[in-house]
Amino acid sequence: MAKIPVQFRLNGSDRAAFVDAQETLLNTLRRGLGDFSPKYGCGQGTCGVCSVLVDGEPQLSCLTLSVACEGRHVETAAGLADGPNLHPLQAAFMDHFAAQCGFCTPGMLTAARALLAKNPSPSRDDVIEAISGNICRCTGYEPIVAAILAAASAPGARRA
Amino acid sequence: MLEMRKDIFADERDDNLNVIGKGLQRQDAPGHVTGRTRYFDDHAFEGMLHLKVVRSPHAHARIRSIDISAAERAPGVKRVLRGADVPVNKNTLLSLINFGKDDEPTLAVDKVRYKGEPVVAILADSEAQALAARKLVRIDYEPLPTVFDVEEALKPGAPVVNETYPGNYFEYHERFDHQKLRFGDVERAFSGADIVMEHRYQMSPIEHAPTETNGTIAAPEQNGRFVVHSCAQGLFFALGTTAKIVDVESNRLHFIGGTVGGGFGGKVDSLTEPLAVLGAMLTGKPVRFVLDREEEMLYGSPRGAERIYIKDGVMRDGRIVARYIRSYFDAGAYTRLSSYAAIKCTAHVPGPYWIPNVASDIYVAYTNRCPSTAMRGFGVTAVDFALEVQMDRLAEAASMDPMEFRILNAYRDGDMKPHRRAAKNTALVECVQVAAEKANWPLSEQAKRQSSLTGGAGERGQIPATTVDTKGQIGRPETRTGTATQTLPAGTARIPLSKQPVMEGARDGRAAPTQVPRYEPARPAAAATPAYAPPPYQPASPPAAPSYQPAPPPVSAPASPAQTQHGAVRFSSVFGTRRR
Amino acid sequence: MARHEGRGMASVNYPIGMNLGGDPSQALIHSNPDGKFTVALSAIDLGQGMKQVSRQIAAETLGVPIEDVFVDTADSDTGPHDMGSFASRGTHRMGNAIIVAAREARGVLLEAAAEELEVNASDLVTDGRGNIHVRGAPSKTITVKATAQAAQFKQGKTIAGRGIFLIPLSAVDAETGEMNPNTAFAHACLVADVAVDDETGEVEVLRMTSAYELGRVINPRMVEQQLVGGAWMGISHALYETPEPYYPNPEHGPRDFNEYLMPGPGEIAPYHVTVLERPAPDGPFGGKGPGEMCANPVLPAIANAVYNAVGVRVDELPITPEKILRGIKANGGAKPGPRRGGPVNWR
Repeated sequence: MAKIPVQFRLNGSDRAAFVDAQETLLNTLRRGLGDFSPKYGCGQGTCGVCSVLVDGEPQLSCLTLSVACEGRHVETAAGLADGPNLHPLQAAFMDHFAAQCGFCTPGMLTAARALLAKNPSPSRDDVIEAISGNICRCTGYEPIVAAILAAASAPGARRA
Repeated sequence: MLEMRKDIFADERDDNLNVIGKGLQRQDAPGHVTGRTRYFDDHAFEGMLHLKVVRSPHAHARIRSIDISAAERAPGVKRVLRGADVPVNKNTLLSLINFGKDDEPTLAVDKVRYKGEPVVAILADSEAQALAARKLVRIDYEPLPTVFDVEEALKPGAPVVNETYPGNYFEYHERFDHQKLRFGDVERAFSGADIVMEHRYQMSPIEHAPTETNGTIAAPEQNGRFVVHSCAQGLFFALGTTAKIVDVESNRLHFIGGTVGGGFGGKVDSLTEPLAVLGAMLTGKPVRFVLDREEEMLYGSPRGAERIYIKDGVMRDGRIVARYIRSYFDAGAYTRLSSYAAIKCTAHVPGPYWIPNVASDIYVAYTNRCPSTAMRGFGVTAVDFALEVQMDRLAEAASMDPMEFRILNAYRDGDMKPHRRAAKNTALVECVQVAAEKANWPLSEQAKRQSSLTGGAGERGQIPATTVDTKGQIGRPETRTGTATQTLPAGTARIPLSKQPVMEGARDGRAAPTQVPRYEPARPAAAATPAYAPPPYQPASPPAAPSYQPAPPPVSAPASPAQTQHGAVRFSSVFGTRRR
Repeated sequence: MARHEGRGMASVNYPIGMNLGGDPSQALIHSNPDGKFTVALSAIDLGQGMKQVSRQIAAETLGVPIEDVFVDTADSDTGPHDMGSFASRGTHRMGNAIIVAAREARGVLLEAAAEELEVNASDLVTDGRGNIHVRGAPSKTITVKATAQAAQFKQGKTIAGRGIFLIPLSAVDAETGEMNPNTAFAHACLVADVAVDDETGEVEVLRMTSAYELGRVINPRMVEQQLVGGAWMGISHALYETPEPYYPNPEHGPRDFNEYLMPGPGEIAPYHVTVLERPAPDGPFGGKGPGEMCANPVLPAIANAVYNAVGVRVDELPITPEKILRGIKANGGAKPGPRRGGPVNWR
């Protein structure tokens, strides 16, 4: 089957790949481009561990076709830090011990990043709503909610 | 919210430590928040094949024939595996510690015993090609009668689930269809109790549901070795299991793991490692075998359901005088770890309470469902649910406050447990007191004054005269109901205290680990202990002086040939000894 | 039709490590020429924090700063054998093995420092900040780094240690169940406050209050992680989760996260934990292990609270609205039990 060329920006840099027509963005990121920060959890859009931003909107990369990302900007958790400096969300997740096994963490950070970009001072309910599509089996969610609320009040939190 | 109560048991601790007790940041946190943490699936290999298995659609069926010819010709398919391709196609997980009989194939051969059992494995260039070829495998099944209820499975005439255990029960000590616990005389105590109460409890199966599903990537390395990126909860456990099944020496496998996206017990079964390694061996290519979410949910081996019957005898003043527990572990179609859990459950009976007469009969039953496995609290979570609901009922029946009822019956330092070892280092009373205080649940002054340090031992530290029986003997069906009883005199103990820990590592002239506390003195193992005439059990002596004497390394200490373990099969010495 | 509040409790203990022993752990520790230590293990971190627990135990025993220790796990070529991460055994078994290995490495470190300072090794102490000095004479001092360099390039010493911890396997008596099961036990008591809607049968966990005795707490933040996350799992087991809703009937099983129910971030119950420390005589610095037991008391405490709220005993998990409504109907209506205590003493 003929492969289709696709180009998009990934975390600020231009990237290109040859993909199958039905290939998911998750597969292209992980197997094509070597960005392993989005995870496979279900392949059905039910767990959120593959969450990425496409043009700033949170998307489930396991349900997003790679060809649909042509010319767009894809951002993953691997691109959240500003060089060596952690994003306030990352710092808050560490301060609040919001990661245990860490497998849901990239997706959680991505969902939180999308929330803060739109709503710089979210309520607790806003945070809960924003991460309600992301499953965590370790923490009981409370440290994650607390971390996102703390990050929202930290300077620089809206940095995209 | 977490609060430390340093004032309680303060005289048992030295709190002047440098980093112990400090809430320091986790070593793995920076990797987690930057997405740099590498899990088993986060590794790239050129030319990697993808493995998918064909699973049984039947809960119990004979396999008449398997036709893989169409699948072998499908686009992208590099190899199709059947049971005959698996070098050692029968295993049981605990064979690594010589416990139990091999009873589970990697790929089913003559029969499938649960819905979802792997029968054929397909290796293809892409996942999509492997999934497409899966549909081309033709398997002719002859459905067989099924059994799903643990008590139905143990009745005469029930369908035989697993021919290795034809009675549908795990065989303990090669003598009984269950594990017994006998301490005192529960029947006599029930007849003297003011209140006798029996209830049935049912734990649900539970799916571990880690966000990372089970999976493995195996790839040829150099020198005939294979690198294996594994999600296993026990790295060498998975390595040993894989080495046995693919029949290679253990040093040909290089396992890498240790960073796992949640386990909760669901990653101890080596569900994917053996087939991934076998695929890499047979194709010479890297092989990725990852369960999808539906496979993980349906066939990733759940927490087993347990059915528990508890009968208690209580006096009007709230003292529990007898407890009898009959429990059934639902192993599913294969043993995996259920046999171990039933023993752990036996050790846990009767919960954290001192009761003078205790007995239990714990069965592991085979049914036509996905084999169950360990999960967080294995062997204990279900019985704790049953025990603590029963305790709530008993407190009500005795017209007592539930907290006061727990404190009254709580075990304390020096109390003899039914498995005939004295309790030490107990703290249940204090936990109840503190929880009551924080919850604003009023306690009487008398309950507040109680302590785990006092009130135990003495008469409560003795082994009572005990009634034993032969109910459930294997081999002669008529004995399964008959009960030949016999009474062991008070103080009878048969298992040597062999719990001296080995802490080996210091070399001559080097600082020795002198300050690691010892907790039980070494005791000579009782030689040739005749039945019913053992050396009397002695409560734990004071700790030995802290002078370290290097114990011999375990490899040089052969296990006593007379010592049987769990009763099923003799343990050799330590983990890693492979039994063929 | 009304919402009824109820309160229930449960108390439990939990054994640490594999029942009957026979589950060894090994550790290897070595220093690089700058006095920075690597702990090589084959232990598994599945989120519980094995790496950091191992790191703190190693740093404490070596007497060096935490930043000077990293834990490398798990690679079967470099990490020696460990049974695995299950049975609440990681901290206890591996922690003890690390202590043995770290003591040996520390012994060489102090010998090397003694040679440089021309004193007896037995007179030396570490300050935990990267220095070694003579007891009572802090001016007579050498850094760990200078000591490691001298050991490697001048004295020809390996600052390294190996350790194993094994509780030898023991047997079980067939007739009485006599055995040596475990040597360390942790304890807990938990109070659950719930509200039960007698029209819908739904249960809301309002809050939980608990006390856990865990031996020595190695890292309180990580203990909090386990206890809070585990309590969430306990709520989930009690009220939601089942792959076979009509067990033992195997039908109607969920296939994915849409069908397998678990509480989400919207169902968080406020939770207060008090931790007590009665060190285990054989635990690393007295440590036990909270990893598994943290869900256990939640299940019965919620069941007992539901009974206290509406008078329905649900003895088959999970406690679904269907079972509660059937119970209320059978009882001829909700039958609330006695009120127990007042508002909690926290928040």
